[in-house]
This record gives sequence, C-alpha cells and structure tokens, in this order.
Amino acid sequence: MGAYSKETNHMKKLLLGTALGLPLALTFTSVAMAEVGVSPTVWGVRTDKLEYRMGDEENSFAWGFEAWTGNDELRLVWKSEGAKIEGGDFEEMDNQIRLQKPITDFFDGFIGVAASTPDGAPERYYGAFGVTGLAPQWFEVEAALYVSEYPYLGAEVEYEALLTNRLILTPSLEVSLPLADDPAREIAAGGGSVELGLRLSYDLIGRSVSPYVGVNYERAFGGTADILRDHGHEVDELTGVVGINFMF
Amino acid sequence: MKHTNFLRPLAVVLGLALGLPAQAGTYDITVDKVRIDTGTFKKNGIGYNGSQTPTILHFQEGEDVVIRVKNNLRESTSIHWHGLILPFQQDGVPGISFNGIKPGETFTYRFPIEQAGTYWFHSHSGFQEPDGAYGAIVIAPKGGESVPTNRDYVVQFTDKHPHSGSRIFRNLKASADYYNRAQRTAQDLIEDAGAEGLKAALQDRKMWGAMRMMPTDIEDVQGFTPLINGASTQQNWTGIFKPGEKVRLRLINSSATTYFDVRVPGLKMTVVQADGNDVKPVVVDELRIAVAETYDVIVQPREAKAYSIIGESAGRTAMVRGTLAPSAGMVGPYYKMRPQPLLTMADMGGMMSGMDHSGMDMGGMDMSGMDHSGMDMSGFDMSGMDHSGMDMGGMDMSAGMPVVPSEGAPGAAFYAPGSGLIPTAANGGKFLGYEDLTARKPLYRDRPATREIEIRLTGNMERYIWSIDGVKYEDADPIRLKYGERVRFKFVNETMMAHPMHLHGMWTIIDTGKGAYDPVKHTVSVAPGTTLYTETEVDAPGQWAFHCHLSYHMAGGMFRKVIVEGGPS
Repeated sequence: MGAYSKETNHMKKLLLGTALGLPLALTFTSVAMAEVGVSPTVWGVRTDKLEYRMGDEENSFAWGFEAWTGNDELRLVWKSEGAKIEGGDFEEMDNQIRLQKPITDFFDGFIGVAASTPDGAPERYYGAFGVTGLAPQWFEVEAALYVSEYPYLGAEVEYEALLTNRLILTPSLEVSLPLADDPAREIAAGGGSVELGLRLSYDLIGRSVSPYVGVNYERAFGGTADILRDHGHEVDELTGVVGINFMF
Repeated sequence: MKHTNFLRPLAVVLGLALGLPAQAGTYDITVDKVRIDTGTFKKNGIGYNGSQTPTILHFQEGEDVVIRVKNNLRESTSIHWHGLILPFQQDGVPGISFNGIKPGETFTYRFPIEQAGTYWFHSHSGFQEPDGAYGAIVIAPKGGESVPTNRDYVVQFTDKHPHSGSRIFRNLKASADYYNRAQRTAQDLIEDAGAEGLKAALQDRKMWGAMRMMPTDIEDVQGFTPLINGASTQQNWTGIFKPGEKVRLRLINSSATTYFDVRVPGLKMTVVQADGNDVKPVVVDELRIAVAETYDVIVQPREAKAYSIIGESAGRTAMVRGTLAPSAGMVGPYYKMRPQPLLTMADMGGMMSGMDHSGMDMGGMDMSGMDHSGMDMSGFDMSGMDHSGMDMGGMDMSAGMPVVPSEGAPGAAFYAPGSGLIPTAANGGKFLGYEDLTARKPLYRDRPATREIEIRLTGNMERYIWSIDGVKYEDADPIRLKYGERVRFKFVNETMMAHPMHLHGMWTIIDTGKGAYDPVKHTVSVAPGTTLYTETEVDAPGQWAFHCHLSYHMAGGMFRKVIVEGGPS
C-alpha cells in the first residue's frame, strides 16, 4: 500500500511537470509560424541517458533527458534526471523547468526551478541559475547554482569523440558541491560528489536512435562520504550500463 | 470547349501574322499531396499536378499567361515564378505580394511574359518547396533560340531528403551538425597524423576547435537522394538523342540546400544561358550550379552510346546520374564520387571580421616548416578586423588544406584565395566561373550606380541562426529603393557557407568587370569569405522578397523585404 502510494505520488509529480511544461510550450508554439522568412517555433526531445545499470549489489534504471521548445531568443527547457532501483525506490529524481536565453555566441544563460524528490528522503526545491553551452574544443559544459536552504553548485562536462561518424565515444563528468549541510539527505557542506561516465554509442537510425554500452562511476567525497560510511553505505559505485538514447 | 481548342492555334497564327499581341494561354496547376518514391525511400510530399516529376510550363515570349492554381493541400500554399519579371502582386510570396492560396482555393495568376529562357517555379510557403513543390518554366524567345538545337530537355535537380522540411529545420535548430555525417573522426586524425605529423594534425584540430567550427561544414543537410526531373540514379531519367544532334540541357537547381557540380563525361558543354539570359557561348567541362540558378548548356553526343549527366553535390556527399542515350532503356556509366573537400581558413576570412576573437589564441601556432608559397593573402579584406590576440601571419594554413592559387585557376575568381571550395573539373579541364559569363546582348545601358548598399551575410552556425547585417527578417526594416535608380549591392559573406542570394522582381547584374556585358542573373552565389558586387536597375515598383535561397537559411531569417518607392502604379 505504502509503496503503491509512493509510486503514484511520483507519477503525479512527473505529470505535474508535464502539465506545467506543455501549456507553456503551446503558448510558445502559437506565437510563430505564419509569415515567410520568420523562424517557426521549434522543439525537441533528447535523452543523454536511458539505461539499465548493473552494479555489484543492485541494478537500476536511469534516465536523463531534455525537452525544449522555443525560438532563437528564448527556450523553455524541461530537464529531468533520475534513477530507480530495480524493484525498489526512486533513489534519484530531479526535474527542472528553465528559461534559457543566449548570452554569447556559444552560451545560454538560464533561470529556473528545480525539484529533487527521491524516495526515502525529504524533498528539496531550488531556484536554478546557470550557464550552458559549447566551450572551445567542443566540450559541452554547464554550470549552475542551485539556491535554497540547502544550496549547491552543479557542473557538467561532456565530450563526443567521433570514432567514426556513427560510432561515438562520450566521456562525461558531473560534479555537485553542497554549500550547506543537509543531514536528512546524508550531505555535508563541501562534501562533493562526482559521477564519471564513458559511453560508446552507435547512431542506428539517423540521430534518433542510438544504442550504447558503457560504465558509470559515482563517488562521494569529504563530509558526505564520512556520513555515508557512518551509515554503513558505500561511498562509491561502479556500474556497467546498457541503454538507448533517443532524439526526436 | 472543343471550339476554343480548335480555334486557338488558328487565332495564334492569325495573331502572329497580323502582329497582334500574342495569345493568352491558360494553364492549370494543382498542388497535391503525393507519395514520393526515390527508389531508396518513400515519403509523403507535395507535387504539382499530382506527380513527383516536376511540371514543365512552356510559355512564349510576349504571351499573356493566365495560370490557375488549385490548392488541394490542407494548408495554405503559393507559387513564386522564380526569375520572371512581373507585377509584384503576381510574384507569389505570402505576406509580401499576396495573402497566399488557402486550402481548397483556386488562385488565378495573370501576367505578361516579357522575357525568354529557362526559369522555374516553386512554393514560397513554409517548407513546401523542399517537400516537392517545384517545377520548370521554359519560355521560347520571339525570334527563336539564338543557338538552335535538335533536342531540348529540362534537367532539374533537387536534393530529396527522407525527412520533411520542417523536421530538418527543427533538427538543425536542435543541433546544427545533425545531418553532418562527414565530420572528421579519430580515424581521420590518425591518417592526417601519418601524412603531416601528429603535431600538425593536432594543431589543425585545435584551431578549428578553438573557433568551434567544422571544416566539413559545407552542406548543412546530408543524407538526401539527389533527383534529376524527379528520378534518382536508379530511376535513371533519360534524354534521347541521335548521334551528332545538338542537345540543349536546361539545368535548373531546385534543391533546398545543395549545390551541384554538373558534367557530362566525354562531352564538352557549351554554356549559352545563365538564369534565363543568353550569354556568349563558353565551352566548359563542368560547372557548379548554385541553389536556384539555371544554366542552359549544349552538348553534342556523336557516338551511339549512353552518356551520363552527373550531378555531384559540392560537398561530395551525394551524386545523381541521368542518361543521354540513342534509345530508351540504356544506362549511362556511374562514376565514383570525388573526395570530400574541406573548408580552409580562407573560407573563414569573412567570419573573422565579424567575430569576437576573445579566447582565440592563434599567436602561439607553430609555423616551422610551413610553405606559404602559392598562397595569396592579398585578396583578404582585413580592414576593420579586430586583430587583438590574433596573428594572421602565424596561422597554420598548411595542415590538411589544399592551397589553391587564386590567379589563373579556372573558376576561382569568385572564391576566397585559398578557399577549400574552389571546384576543379573531374577531367582536369575547364570549370565554369562567374568570370566566364558575358551577356550576349546588354540588357541595360551601363551607367554608374546611384548608390551602394552593403549586405552583410551573417549567422551563427552553432545555433543555426541566419541573418543579414546581424538582424533577422522579423526584426529588420525593409530595404527601400527608389524607382529609376541603379543600386550597387556589396555582398560581404561573413559566414563559412555559400549563400545563393535571390532578389525578386528585378535583375541582378554581377560585376565581373565587363560593364554593359556583365552577366544578368536572378540568383548570385556569394562564396564564404568573399565580397561580391552586383548592380540592379530598380525598374519594378512594389514590394519584393530578397533572400538566401537555401530553404533553411531563408526560414531562419536571412531574408529582407525590398520596397521600391515611386514609379508607375
């Protein structure tokens, strides 16, 4: 019963995100079209993770995607990331709604709201402020400050190495650095966590369907790692991953 | 009805004999949803008169045409008569010349045919043109063709893509390199390192990476199947000839984004017309036809065998073969596609002038062992460039870049010196360039331009944003011209792509230094990193479209409305 309601609760939250996002998206869409030479409003959905993770102790499903709509001046982005233990809890559930605007040739600035709502931990809501874009030498980067009672800094770097024009090796790095203690979530200020990934994908159908295999490694540092150890949890986890990315 | 049909030819003959105005022909076009089959894929698209084979309209110079266009689509449509001189209300651009043709509606175009030559027509609504809404126009001159031929064929190219135009545009906005499957890979790096040394190969990557540009970025959209007259290579469009006959090929490029290098291996092509206007015949082995251009060439196959008409995309990602043969069912030989070219720093020349160079460190590049001979930097317009932190002298332009001398190279005058895009003929022979085009008869008296208007072609490749003078159409004021003036346009291409610029309603005279004999066109391709001048006699009142003819650049905003003030109403 409890598990059931928890699941429904999460479905509700996901639906809430969609419910918020879609009307906004439609508002955008209705603006444009019509005249010749005027950019129509566009949209896209792209996953960067949709995978089954095989660990030492447990397996899980993980996802990461971005859905967006807008034009050259402004985009509305729904960014979602999470992981669900096979037959168990959502150990990670992060959703953001952002407004993203170009600030330089290659970078967008964004503001938004973020919700972190995993099972078995108190929910956290943040205001998000950051930049995202393409750094020299083709590194996709993002950095953001998440503001709340429990603020943290988040950063991501990704690089696509073309082994061939379809076989692509993607190393990625995700860092989060808490700026305040959040004991209820086993987090200590300054005790950062790092997620390293290496995924080898093949573009099967255009860029729409790209199956991949890879490894994912997560590790906590500092005070956060100490808390985890005290609670008898692992501070790191290495998983083999197999998944399919979609872009449409 | 029968009566009119019977009487019409009689009326024409009488009309001609009596010197009366020629006939008023009525033409019907339906705009239909069609299933397009390229032999490699099938897709839903749009076709005129229910067919993926482009409709050809045959007009007579001096004729008054009435064209009834019935829209059978579930969305609005329009037809623009590309290159025709006509009242602006008949020009077919929704929002500029008229309101478009609503679903189910029949719109009647009426205008006099005041010119002769090869033109084409296409929808100017949404992405209907890439989806298949295009056809050809052949106008017979009053006094007969200046160069008579035995056979006369339209050879209309397109780049048929499995994705719809709107999906392509969306994908390009999501990721500008979505369709670029010719990017340099780890394997290329290894090969280049083998050829030039690892250091040079890495320096080269570093340089392009610093700019976040790709030297392979020649064709925005790859993965298409090129067609000739609606037929792919395997469907093999065939034109029939008897050995020794002169065959006129009316080449039209109706592609969404692709330039084609066209040749008929084994035969010389005599170019007699460009964009509908006769030019002094020039014999070439190959020519590059930009999007929306037309060239009429004459070939004379003497042997009773199948010849191929080869259209190879300028970025060498796709190729189409049609056939010229003494009988149907014969198939011309297929040729291997030539290697893919790479852009060079020369093609970036214009881009840098408008670029913010912060974060671009070129000063530290290794020049040792570099050979600059044969490289002419004098053609660069560096004035107004921000050189801070950038040492052009120290730029490594050697790594992997073919250095082509600008002087004397065939077809190179309208490319940046050292450009990677300069085409060469497959047989090593003559490749047509704009400098080879000379008007057969001057259309206008030569006179100095009343003023110059600078048109900077601008964009952001990574975001797939295209604009003029850094401003997109939706944010821009119209360009205002005065009836009776002669305007000189200075096109400065600050992007890394070639843009076929098309001014509606008035001719575009390319300055090739021949005065009154400069070629008169409707579309002019401005190569990356170059400045090109054209002149226009402003002799058509009203409001007109002016844009890059690459469908997705036009949609993105590389577009202007031109208002001609004054003149007869």
